[in-house]
Formats: sequence, structure tokens, C-alpha cells
Amino acid sequence: MLEIQSIECVRDDRLLFSDLSFSVADAEVLQIEGPNGSGKTSLLRIICGLRLPDAGKIKWRGETIASNREDYYADMVYIGHLPCVKADLTVLENVRSLLDTRSLSLSNSIIEAALAKVGLASYEDVPGKALSSGQRRRILLAFVELSQAKLWILDEPLTALDVQGVELMESMILEHRQAGGSVVFTTHHGMQLDCEMRSVQLGQNKRKLQQDQDGC
Amino acid sequence: MSAPLITWFSISALLIAVYGLYLGLFVAPTDYQQGESYRIIFIHVPAAWMSLFIYMVMAISSAIGIIWQIRLADMVAAASAPIGASFTFLALVTGALWGKPMWGAYWVWDARLTSELILLFLYFGYMALQSAIEDQRSADKASGLLAIVGVVNIPIIHYSVEWWNTLHQGATVTKFDKPSMHIDMLIPLLLMAVAFKLFYAALVLVRTRNEALYRDRNRRWVRELVEKL
Amino acid sequence: MLKAYYHLLMRDLRLALRNRHELANPLIFFVLVVTLFPLAVTPTPDALRAMAPGVIWVSALLAVLLSLDRLFKQDYDDGSLDQLMLSPNPLMILVLAKVTAHWLLTGLPLVIIAPLLGLFMSLPMDAVSVLIYSLLLGTPVLSLVGAIGVSLTVAVNRGGVLLSLIILPLYIPILIFGANAVDVATDGLPVTGQLLFLGAVLALAVSLAPLATSVALRITASR
Repeated sequence: MLEIQSIECVRDDRLLFSDLSFSVADAEVLQIEGPNGSGKTSLLRIICGLRLPDAGKIKWRGETIASNREDYYADMVYIGHLPCVKADLTVLENVRSLLDTRSLSLSNSIIEAALAKVGLASYEDVPGKALSSGQRRRILLAFVELSQAKLWILDEPLTALDVQGVELMESMILEHRQAGGSVVFTTHHGMQLDCEMRSVQLGQNKRKLQQDQDGC
Repeated sequence: MSAPLITWFSISALLIAVYGLYLGLFVAPTDYQQGESYRIIFIHVPAAWMSLFIYMVMAISSAIGIIWQIRLADMVAAASAPIGASFTFLALVTGALWGKPMWGAYWVWDARLTSELILLFLYFGYMALQSAIEDQRSADKASGLLAIVGVVNIPIIHYSVEWWNTLHQGATVTKFDKPSMHIDMLIPLLLMAVAFKLFYAALVLVRTRNEALYRDRNRRWVRELVEKL
Repeated sequence: MLKAYYHLLMRDLRLALRNRHELANPLIFFVLVVTLFPLAVTPTPDALRAMAPGVIWVSALLAVLLSLDRLFKQDYDDGSLDQLMLSPNPLMILVLAKVTAHWLLTGLPLVIIAPLLGLFMSLPMDAVSVLIYSLLLGTPVLSLVGAIGVSLTVAVNRGGVLLSLIILPLYIPILIFGANAVDVATDGLPVTGQLLFLGAVLALAVSLAPLATSVALRITASR
């Protein structure tokens, strides 16, 4: 259960948002919406704990993330704009390296199955530099899939993905939700998600928390 | 709110400085070994003390700013840096001026001057880092961390330089480490030290106030203040 | 936790070894700079011996300084640094892994090639062995303390000179004791005091520098 309590963000002397509160329960999908520059990325980074809010608290399962860092990070995974892919490591090594920071050692066959799922089936030994940007993003998708995280925080997850990639992401989110996990994301592209989804609007005078039913 | 404090600090700084200088320049006895030229220590020594004192203030304010997220502490640290650097520079210049009659050269690599020079570089590093980072909060915290790391290093640097100096200078006269000063010399020295501290207090209040006004220039409280004028 | 250290260390080593041509650069720089000095003066053995400890040590300092960039820059640019900071493992351990990799790739080669430079600068054999010990104790400190500086400047454009400005004053104690140890050894005198100091500084750096670096990284990430 993620709780955002009265957070405020100032960036470059501009107040992006203040007194923003909302929560994300298990099996919930939440979209952060807003025009460019409204603070969506900053908000996600604050939720991750990468950036401190100028006011307010973030709580995970009742405790602030500052006091509960280890458990929070074990339970959540974040992908941002950057691909996190090392040009000189193979696809398999890249995924392993990302999982290693979470102290997850999975067998090769499990990783290969995830790679197949994201459409990188025979690419295990291909070095990062030989991949297109869409393929690099798919490595991140495999990482998220294998991360064993309850909370997914995704900043523009559809970046560089083709049509199949977008469908893949959508189905992954739905599966995760069905398994009881939660997702917080932002996107400029439309995502057709076949389920209930809430949204938080930034960039307006007062934050509105909207209920958005999207074709069930 | 700080205006009356500033006036009080400035006036008392001025008065004490004048009295201290008077005592130092006219009343204190002529030094046995160095004649009249030693009188520059009444500026040199307090300046050197201030250079260290201000650095400590910077480090402590930065720590308060980082741990408890108090913006005022960050502003005090940032405002103090140029003041501290100036005192360091003053100490170096007066040290050099004193050195000429003492050792015949404007610059010698003695322990105190070398430590002061390194301290000046630490100040420069702090100020350079502050100005290199655009986001004010990150800039404050980053340079604040640097100040804290610097403070931990200062004793190590000081010890190393002292040690290095004893190897190479041997019997050179560096009179300051002997605190056996005549009381008539000590009093003006201490008075000057107090005067400098008050001067710093006044100056840092002025600068911090300016800093606060500048940083919050887009915020409502500043605009209201300006409109009232 | 130890596994995370080991894996990250291996990853950085693996990455560096796949770009082998870049590895030699700090080393070549080190030798090149030391070579400049005999060229700049009259290279009599006595003159060289007198300036050798300082010249070799300062060149080592500069070589490490130039190579510090590799510590966090690539990770910062491709987003991996964020992932490291989101690890459930303590950031200090991960930082220590990266610094260890950095030292193995930069500091250790300097130590290994130092005898050659001792030869260039007419150092006697006893002094050369002290040179090796002093560099062995000193170069890890350079990597550890350097990490603090890089973590503060990695997001600054053209932060290289700024880094030097910040770090060099902090390197001075190591320089003083390291160079002096070699100097004194040239005269055949004991150097235990100097080496003990270097060892103490190393212990202090290992315990405090990763902490300072982690704090600095979190500050840098919070833009």
C-alpha cells in the first residue's frame, strides 16, 4: 500500500505541485497525467525516494520510505527514461546485472524464458550495442517481469516501443494487476488498459483525483 | 528583524576594532626580536583564526541544512563562504607582508601560511561547486557535503603540513606557536579577534538576508515586501 | 550483501576489460608525465633522484584524477546509477565495489609500473620498494576520496577541472607522506612512521569515504 501525503515539489524556483495526496492499493493501476513540465517525472522520482519532496511524506505499508528503505526497494521497481543498458554486456548479462543489484540470482532458463516473453528470444548473447533502442527497452521489460516487485513505477514505459511492444507492456501491466501487484505510470502515448484505472492530474491549479473507468 | 542586530554588531565591531588597533599599534610594547614590524600580527592572527572559525561555521550550518532540511542554515553557509575566503586571503597577504621583514622574502613555505593557502583552495572548491550546480537545493547540499568532508580533512592536512614543515624548515623562526606573549600584546590581539567576529556576524547577517531575498525573489513574501517600498 | 559487492565488482571489471584499449591510458599518461621532467631539466642522476619522489607521486595523483571520470559517468548517463540507488543493498557496499574496481584498473597498474619510473629517475633499489609500498597504500585512498569528488560533480557539464579543484587539496596529506617516505628511503632512513600514517589514512578512508560518496550520490540524483 503506497501512501503519498501532502507532498510538495519545487523545481528551478517553480512550484510544481503542493499538498498532493493520494494512495495506491494492491492490485491498483494509477496514471499520473499532465502536460510537459508539470512535474510527472519529478513526482515519480519522489515516490521512488530518488528525490526528496520539499514537504510531505511517502509511506509504504505504513512506514515512511526513509525509515524503511530496504524493504521498500525490495518491493518496488522503477524504470525511467534512460535505457540502463550497457553497450558492452550481452542481453543476458545486462538482465543479470540489473537483477544482481536486487540480490536476485535466477537461473539462466528463467531469464531466457522472460526474454522470450518480451520478444528477445534468441538474443541472449547479443551485446547491447548491437540492439535497437526498442530492443533495449525490452530488456528493461524483462527486468521488470523478473524483478519480483509488488509495485511498478514506470516513467514513460512505452518509449521506443513498437506496436507489439506497446501491447506487451499493456498485457504485462494487466497480468501484474491480476496477480495483486500495483502500477504507477506516466505516458504521453495512449495506453489502452482493459481494466479500472485511476488518474492523478498535475499541472492544474489544484490537484484533482479522478476516477476513470476505461472500458471493462 | 535582523536590522537592529546588524547595526549593533557593526557599531560594536567598529568600536572594538578601533580600540584594539589603537592598543596594538601604539600602546603595546616593541617586540624584543622583531621590532615594530611584528604589529601586523594584530590583523594576521585574528584573520587566520576567523578563516578557520568561519569554515567550521560553514560545515556545521551545512550539516544542519542537510540533516534537518533547514534552508536558513544552507543560506548562512553559502553567505559565509566568500567572507571566510576573504579572511583567508587577508591572512595570507598580511602573512606575506610580515614575512618580508622577518625572513627577507614575501613568501616562504612555512606551516601556517601553507595551511592557510590550502584552506583558501578548500574555500574556492566550495564556492566553485556552489556556482556550478544550477538547482539551488542540490548546490547547497553538494557544497555542504564538501564542507563537511573538508572539515574532517582540515586536522589531517594541518598535521601533515606541520610535519612536512618540521622536516624542511628546522630552526626557522615561526613565532606563533609560542604563546608566551606579553599581556600587553595579548589584549589587543584578543580585542581584534572579537572585533573580527562581530564584523563577521554583521556581515553574514547582511549577506544571508540578501541571499534569502534573492532566492525567494519569485515568492509572495518578497513581492509584498517590495510593493511596500 | 557480499554477493551484490562481488557481482558489481565483476560487472565493472568485465565492462572495462571489454574496452581494453582505454585501460592503458592512465598508465601511459603516468609514464609520459614523469618522462617530461628529465626532459625539462639537466638529467643528472643526482638532480633526478632529488626530485623523483615528488615527480612520481604528483604524476600518480594526476593520472588517478584523470581516470576518476570512469567511476560514475557511464552509469549516470545510461541510468544505471538510479538502479544502483534503488537497490535494497546498502549503497555504501555498491560504492565500495565500484571503487575497488576502479583501483584495480587504475591504481594497481600504477603501482606495478612504478619500478620502471624509479629507474628513469635514478632511484636506488631501497627507495623503489618504498615507492611501491607507499603507492600501494596511497592509491586506494586516492580512488576512495576521489569517488566523493566525482559523485558531487558527475552531473556538472565539463566537471573535470572542478573535480580537480575539489579533490587536490584533499590529496595533499597523502602526497606529503607518500613522497616523503620515498625521499627518506633514498637516504636509507626508516620509513615506518610515514607508512603507518598512510595505512591509518587508508583505514579512515575505507570506513568514511563510501558513506560520504553515497550521500553525495543521493544528493546528485535528487535534481
